[in-house]
Amino acid sequence: MMMHALRALIGIMSRECLRFVHQRERFISALVRPLLWLFIFAAGFRSTLGVAIIPPYETYILYEVYITPGLLGMVQLFNGMQSSLSMVYDREMGSMKTLLVSPLPRSFLLTSKLLAGVLISVIQAIVFLLIAAAYGIEIPAIGFLTVLPALILSGLMLGALGLLLSSFIKQLENFAGVMNFVIFPMFFLSSALYPLWRIKESNPTLALIAGYNPFTAAVELIRFALYGQFNLEAALITLFSLLFFLGMAIWGYNPSKGMMSRRS
Amino acid sequence: MSHNAILSIANISYTYGPKKALDRVSFSVKEGQCAILLGPNGAGKSTLFSLITHLYDAPSGTICIDGHDVRLKPLKALKALGVVFQQSTLDLDLTVRQNLLYHAALHGIKRREAEHRIEEELTRFGMLERADEKTRQLNGGHRRRVEIARALLHRPRLLLLDEPTVGLDVPSRKALVDHLHALCRDRQLAVLWATHLIDEIASEDHLIVLHQGQLKASGAVSDVLDETGHETIEAAFAQLTGRQERT
Repeated sequence: MMMHALRALIGIMSRECLRFVHQRERFISALVRPLLWLFIFAAGFRSTLGVAIIPPYETYILYEVYITPGLLGMVQLFNGMQSSLSMVYDREMGSMKTLLVSPLPRSFLLTSKLLAGVLISVIQAIVFLLIAAAYGIEIPAIGFLTVLPALILSGLMLGALGLLLSSFIKQLENFAGVMNFVIFPMFFLSSALYPLWRIKESNPTLALIAGYNPFTAAVELIRFALYGQFNLEAALITLFSLLFFLGMAIWGYNPSKGMMSRRS
Repeated sequence: MSHNAILSIANISYTYGPKKALDRVSFSVKEGQCAILLGPNGAGKSTLFSLITHLYDAPSGTICIDGHDVRLKPLKALKALGVVFQQSTLDLDLTVRQNLLYHAALHGIKRREAEHRIEEELTRFGMLERADEKTRQLNGGHRRRVEIARALLHRPRLLLLDEPTVGLDVPSRKALVDHLHALCRDRQLAVLWATHLIDEIASEDHLIVLHQGQLKASGAVSDVLDETGHETIEAAFAQLTGRQERT
């Protein structure tokens, strides 16, 4: 059974990698999006948005430096949603069925699918980080290493959210709604583009919501990890969100309890 | 339950809200038997397939594959099951071989063993020389063959086919139908094949007629004809489903 599960996991991961290699446009657009924010948006806002010294930073930083972790989170957020999109597509096209009729526990199959997506999302994030470093964003060498576990955890959490959404979205067309109601609110209501104290100055309620946003936790986890530090609170929120989303997704894909049975 | 019944369905019911998709359906498919599940659109064929493949859970009744209850022992039951869904489920960007290797991995088959079986199955289906082509480049008939080869890779005891000939031209359809009948004979495979095309039925097949969620007939083609007092399957089917058969 263990060997069977391991072979299946490797199979699912290599399929995801092969698909990724074949979809170069997806890779390029996944990179162009955060790079546009970094090169253009951040450059434009550099002078408008001053960032005070807040941990983990020990000195005044440029706005580009501040939003880099947020953009890493963005890469993973989009990747998580994209893989959920591809799962809705797979389900409409039937290849999700091929996966689900395999003789392995459904929770294992879904978790494997999640891990495969995270592998891709971490690769994308690292490539983005290398480009950002080449552009002049200073990141301590150790940061490249310490950021990896953070990227894996945040990738898992955002991927699990995608998995959950895919179990509840009935059709591909509904996916445009995900963009408006999940991606944008999660991204803008977080510490990705501005520190929480900045939001608090103009609207304490929004700051409160942003504080509870799991994406904020993911971004802060990545931010601290980039400088070799560990943000326990962010890690715990990310971890609990991951468990919650994954549990709900597995429930959603359960043949008797979740959405599968209500779908004709 | 007969000792060699590979698929046993007993008293299965399923509802979508107020609509009864299946109403106390029972039948079995034996080793080496090719059972044709005939029914007009909306008869409940797809629902039945979703229940057998455990994509849905049946709230009442039991489904056993090779002696394993699908609800209680889904993994053992699914291990004995090969499925070809109505829509193609191949990954069009991957090659034939990559698609088959993926399936083998999901079934825990060792890489070397998988390569060997892939070669064997593709040879049988006359598709070996196309193993390294992307499935996108194959025509409908060839894609179907790859899907059937894939469904047989883990050597199931029961093969489920949901309208596998939809969208195929006449020669491809005939080739596929002949091939499936040969598989049944040669490998003692139990086959449950949903269709609404009567000309795909061979005289030695087992016929199961489903209409509006109810089982209308189950038996050898000749028995069903005797029972209904008709000479052709078309006429028997029209009587059982209470309508004029379209030509």
